[in-house]
Amino acid sequence: MDPDIDPRIGPGIDPGLIGDCVHCGFCLPSCPTYVLWGEEMDSPRGRIHLMGQHVAGTPVTGEMAGHFDACLGCMACVTACPSGVRYDRLIEQTRAVVEREHVRPPADRAVRELVFRLFPYPRRLRAMRLPLRLGTGLRRRIAPALERVSPSLAALADLAPEPVRHRRLPRRVRAVGRRRATVGLLTGCVQGEFFPQVNAATARVLAMEGCEVVIPPAQGCCGALSLHSGRPGQAARFARRTIAAFERAGVDTVVVNAAGCGSTMKDYTGILDGGWADRAAAIRVADLAEYLVELGPVATRHPLPLTAAYHDACHLAHAQGIRSQPRELLAAVPGLELREIAESAICCGSAGTYNILQPEAARELGDRKAERVLATGADLLVSANPGCTMQITAAIRRAGATPIPVAHTAQVLDASLRALREIG
Amino acid sequence: MTDTTGATPVRGPALDRIARRLAAVLPPGAVITDPVRLRTYECDGLTHHRAVPGVVVLPETAGQIAAVVRICNEYGVPFVARGAGTGLSGGALPRTDGVLVVTSRMRRVLEVDLPNRRAVVEPGVTNLAITEAVRPHGYYYAPDPSSQQVCTIGGNVAENSGGAHCLKYGFTVNHVLALEIVTPDGDIVTLDADDPGYDLLGAFVGSEGTLGITTKVTVRLLRAPEAVTTLLAAFGSIEQGGRAVSAIIGGGIVPAAIEMMDALAIEAAEAAVACAYPAGAGAVLIVELDGPAAETALQSAEVERVCLESGAFELRTAADPAERAAIWKGRRSAFAAVGRISPAYIVQDGVVPRTALPGVLASIDRLSAEHGIRVANVFHAGDGNLHPLVLFDDAEPGAAERAEAVSGRILDLCVEHGGSITGEHGVGVDKARYMPKMFTDDDLDTMQLVRCAFDSRGLSNPGKVFPTPRLCGEVPGVRRGAHPLVESGRAEQF
Repeated sequence: MDPDIDPRIGPGIDPGLIGDCVHCGFCLPSCPTYVLWGEEMDSPRGRIHLMGQHVAGTPVTGEMAGHFDACLGCMACVTACPSGVRYDRLIEQTRAVVEREHVRPPADRAVRELVFRLFPYPRRLRAMRLPLRLGTGLRRRIAPALERVSPSLAALADLAPEPVRHRRLPRRVRAVGRRRATVGLLTGCVQGEFFPQVNAATARVLAMEGCEVVIPPAQGCCGALSLHSGRPGQAARFARRTIAAFERAGVDTVVVNAAGCGSTMKDYTGILDGGWADRAAAIRVADLAEYLVELGPVATRHPLPLTAAYHDACHLAHAQGIRSQPRELLAAVPGLELREIAESAICCGSAGTYNILQPEAARELGDRKAERVLATGADLLVSANPGCTMQITAAIRRAGATPIPVAHTAQVLDASLRALREIG
Repeated sequence: MTDTTGATPVRGPALDRIARRLAAVLPPGAVITDPVRLRTYECDGLTHHRAVPGVVVLPETAGQIAAVVRICNEYGVPFVARGAGTGLSGGALPRTDGVLVVTSRMRRVLEVDLPNRRAVVEPGVTNLAITEAVRPHGYYYAPDPSSQQVCTIGGNVAENSGGAHCLKYGFTVNHVLALEIVTPDGDIVTLDADDPGYDLLGAFVGSEGTLGITTKVTVRLLRAPEAVTTLLAAFGSIEQGGRAVSAIIGGGIVPAAIEMMDALAIEAAEAAVACAYPAGAGAVLIVELDGPAAETALQSAEVERVCLESGAFELRTAADPAERAAIWKGRRSAFAAVGRISPAYIVQDGVVPRTALPGVLASIDRLSAEHGIRVANVFHAGDGNLHPLVLFDDAEPGAAERAEAVSGRILDLCVEHGGSITGEHGVGVDKARYMPKMFTDDDLDTMQLVRCAFDSRGLSNPGKVFPTPRLCGEVPGVRRGAHPLVESGRAEQF
């Protein structure tokens, strides 16, 4: 058996968690795939029903696996559920069961292999950035051919952002002025490789707010992609390595600027057991916006005269309940006018590796989101998750609209704190 | 859980043939026959009645629904309409030998006509989506079932749904101006409130899918009130709360809503959504007043005075929409929230005259103690619509039966006090057996005549509302000879 798939969460789907669902249907309108297709089996209530069928003895059929694969894992249903159903746990357990019991068609398997051998490994990702430097012109020319060979690979090529110069971050950034706290910073895989400027901005903002920032160079993937894709074994391995890296760095608080990574790290105690769970519990994980609001501002905010639309990343809003903090931080920037995006609780279709593994549904959701983002008429889109940023940027490009610049909350704050004219 | 119409779906060759015919009149992917997928449609919001549908179809237009219904007629198989599947009386329980027509892909708001204060929507549009579409212009759609964010307008029409605000504004029937329906014969017909002659629209709303399928709804839009005041009053006991309700209504005030929750319901809501209602309350009362600002201010002061006089120990007034939402959050989540304090539950929907409330509640308390079954109470106190939530553990042998017994006795109490077995959830499959407690055989036979006038073959949602399925044209009940109404020339049998 593949050690990555070998379940550490438990042997199967917990019938008790299934029993918590009272079938009220309050989750239906919150579910992106139900919004798209209007089918019971592509709603959280329907998927829980399918899980129940499996627990009662129905084997995982191709149809059943298809409905689980179509779930984005956006957790909007967890927010909507009045009965407190742990759909997040249920889908994690179910994905592990699907990986174990269901044999996918060869093409699907190949794409999955590629994704799981590439994304969680920053060094491999870095190698992939090289061919992407071929530039957008060539990319556009090979797109139709790629689409024929594999929609997933085409999606992958379509998503990759314009390459930026990679700057190595220092191991330690000193606090500006009086030191108020010492925190670790997770650099992440996709964030670190595709958006190094976001990590740099995060470190500067924390430092300007009086934090000493420790950035262990040995850190790798936090395990989020694996956990959300039915590979709890691989996830646990990455989790242990991440914990060890921050223990060695001597910090008890880790600040995370990528929504998906933060939500997984906050759940380490749930995916590890024994001594490792205790070690995980000893490290506090906080999202950047959550941490900055708690800490309170000391640095001066300089005006940024622009309108900004804030995008709720699912793993921030639904999985971590962080909605007000980023808005509070942005609204506190003088001159910045904050605009809301309609249907903000519906996923943009990025969802970790979803836009690569389920390219068609992801594209539909991306187009829907792009339309609503553009309708705000804002000068800038603020997104706190690298996956969302790539997904929405690609969708706006497809729409043929004037591209709207996208920045992370950290970059907006960095520009305001440093009195920059441009966000970079 | 009861398998209402057979445990295993038996898909005869006839259903396969029908499925092929259906596929020819519907868009690709709109016919479901895979058994694993079909089973996800086996129940609606009421899970203890289950039946796997023979075929599920997901039409997108009235024309497609009409074609589906005509095919059902051709083969003589029953059809059942379903929206979001949130009903609480099993009204959309499928038939294993029939076709389930799901309107979840028909969710376009077709027209908003603000000068005439009406909107035309497809049946799969959610109740709340109508309000959301017109809110920016200062309008809203008044009926507001607790499940308004998910339940569909088509289902609201079938069940004549109410909601907290129906005390002042009335039920769905008061807010539907016209309907386009597919009759049980497969014709597309428009029923308009302005049409002279019999009020067929009135007959159709609340007919629970037995007279046809709604394909388009024209709803009335109301101007959002100038002011809305929401008060939360905490009482030591249900009796004190009940006294306050009587005093408010007796004083001539018609609030938009008066809702009450007892201690157990509060506990559940607290566990689910942390609504932070006053600690130690035996009952909370939510009173919402709306209208011109001057009027609501006066009434609000009067309601506060009455509540305090009746023994309220804490009063809160919502000053803005966020605070109002916080007060309503606990109430709106109450049904699903009991999932937090009990593995299983039955929601009842009885009605009693408002003045009988204290007596009936005391009797429910006694029933609960006698049977060792907890009952949480949530109700639209203003119009005496009770929603007792009968809690039980389905893993405990015999508990479901005892809960069922308590639930049935509660309905008896309602009927004994001159009330009804359903206020707004409908009869469906769940309460059909209680119909004879309210109606004589003659009454039920007369209702059958109406049904047969629309659905002579009994194909439209059979097995619902009426206790025993009958074919139209057959002599109903045990009576021999023609129905007295037919005999006397006052009715015609089709």
